[in-house]
Amino acid sequence: MKMLINVAENVVADALRGFAAAHPELTVDIERRVIVRRGAPYEGKVGLVSGGGSGHEPLHGGFVGKGMLDAACPGEVFTSPVPDQMVRAAAAVDSGAGVLFIVKNYTGDVLNFQMAAELAEDEGVQVVSVLVDDDVAVTDSLYTAGRRGTGATLFVEKIAGAAAEEGAPLDRVAALARQVNSASRSFGVALSACSTPAKGGPTFDLPDGELELGVGIHGEPGRERRAMMTSGEIADVTVEAVVSDLNPDGPVLVLVNGMGATPLLELYGFNAEVQRALAERRIPVARTLVGNYVTSLDMAGASVTICQVDEELLRLWDAPVSTPGLRWGC
Amino acid sequence: MNATPDPEAPVDAAFLRRWLDTAASVMEREASRLTELDSPIGDADHGTNMRRGFLAARTAVEQEPPQTPGGVLVLVGRTLISTVGGASGPLYGTLLRRAGKDLGEEQAVPAARLRDGLRAGVDGVAALGGAVPGDKTMLDALLPALDALTGALDAGGGAADALAAAAAAADEGAKATIPLRARKGRASYLGERSIGHQDPGATSSALLIAALADTAREDG
Repeated sequence: MKMLINVAENVVADALRGFAAAHPELTVDIERRVIVRRGAPYEGKVGLVSGGGSGHEPLHGGFVGKGMLDAACPGEVFTSPVPDQMVRAAAAVDSGAGVLFIVKNYTGDVLNFQMAAELAEDEGVQVVSVLVDDDVAVTDSLYTAGRRGTGATLFVEKIAGAAAEEGAPLDRVAALARQVNSASRSFGVALSACSTPAKGGPTFDLPDGELELGVGIHGEPGRERRAMMTSGEIADVTVEAVVSDLNPDGPVLVLVNGMGATPLLELYGFNAEVQRALAERRIPVARTLVGNYVTSLDMAGASVTICQVDEELLRLWDAPVSTPGLRWGC
Repeated sequence: MNATPDPEAPVDAAFLRRWLDTAASVMEREASRLTELDSPIGDADHGTNMRRGFLAARTAVEQEPPQTPGGVLVLVGRTLISTVGGASGPLYGTLLRRAGKDLGEEQAVPAARLRDGLRAGVDGVAALGGAVPGDKTMLDALLPALDALTGALDAGGGAADALAAAAAAADEGAKATIPLRARKGRASYLGERSIGHQDPGATSSALLIAALADTAREDG
């Protein structure tokens, strides 16, 4: 598999060097792997810290900036960051108002953030952690590590970030983050496996003519494989999966997210089918975002996330944001 | 550091430093196999992460060699937590840190005392990860290893023989994860499709116990 890299061991460090060069408005500690909003900590503002394995760009580093995250901790490819990174990030963004950890529900992320929270509190930083677990493809949560955190992470980071920017206290920011998570559901589809730099090739076999339903964002196979379907058929399966689980009775935010290797042309076409499928179910759409936001390296495919919003959540969604990956109203 | 080990208390700092050298070499040698095992049911990074962690641990111990066996294990555990990431970092870090803390300040201990320390570490892993035997995790290698170690020591076996029995049980335990369905960690998302694959974490656990057995055999 050809990749635009030097050596596999250095892909994360190389990407951080390039990210730093492209975004002088952020402080990038390449050695210690922490990306911090310049000027942090902001007086009286709750600090938002997230992180996770690399390979999902622009998540999380691309969402550091005004109105979203204060710091992000990139791990190795598909590997959670280590506690030292989050402890350093928490110290860098804490103004005394406390720090919110936004953690995707994967065993590695949960364990490392848990250790980091304990260490940060030893250093006098008040930390509250919120888990994101929106992936409905994981059905029997009792016998698994629980639902995975995927597309809803973007909604949580944006809405909690807007509330923190307005000066909301830590308990309020955490409550909003939890509300967004519990109002969100996602489902992903892969048309191809992804290739990690360490392995140098696809992490699972997905033959031509087949797709993988309910796929995760780490190259882990999904739960069911079917013969290839049209965009409209995929939208029907995907929308049914999220809607039947959430049962929204009000307007929703929609994220049609590319996995990394699917062209925007196809994603917009897919979005048309997603909107059609939602309309058939009489679900009003408040806002829609289409693009590559929570990716899985070079996987082809897409995921759909919906989040039911009230007026307050919608207002916070519309609030100004200025980050490398998401920017409006500024 | 090359003093003849006390046959009654063969596990000292030098013993565990030799174990660490062996373990780091094994992780280097087996990294691609561990990553290969991690591909169909995980995310293809276990070997890379373990190699990075154990090489860093070897460097840390070389730079400031702890003088007690407990000190070696605590430093290795701390370094793994800081360098491995994923679930393996906190889990292996906790295993060795707890074991080291349990050994305390003792200068040299018998194999039975090492076994007690490892048991404390394994309890820590179970508490942190929430897994039980049969969940297709590292516990499926570690728990049979502890049982075999206890059985061999109770039967009057020496450290080298007891650790060899532990290594064999760990290896068997790792192989016995093949027909199991994963209930913890990333492999659990696959449900039935996790069946038929050997668990990478159980495999790396068995390699670490085998490194202990090799160290004891070379001493013998």
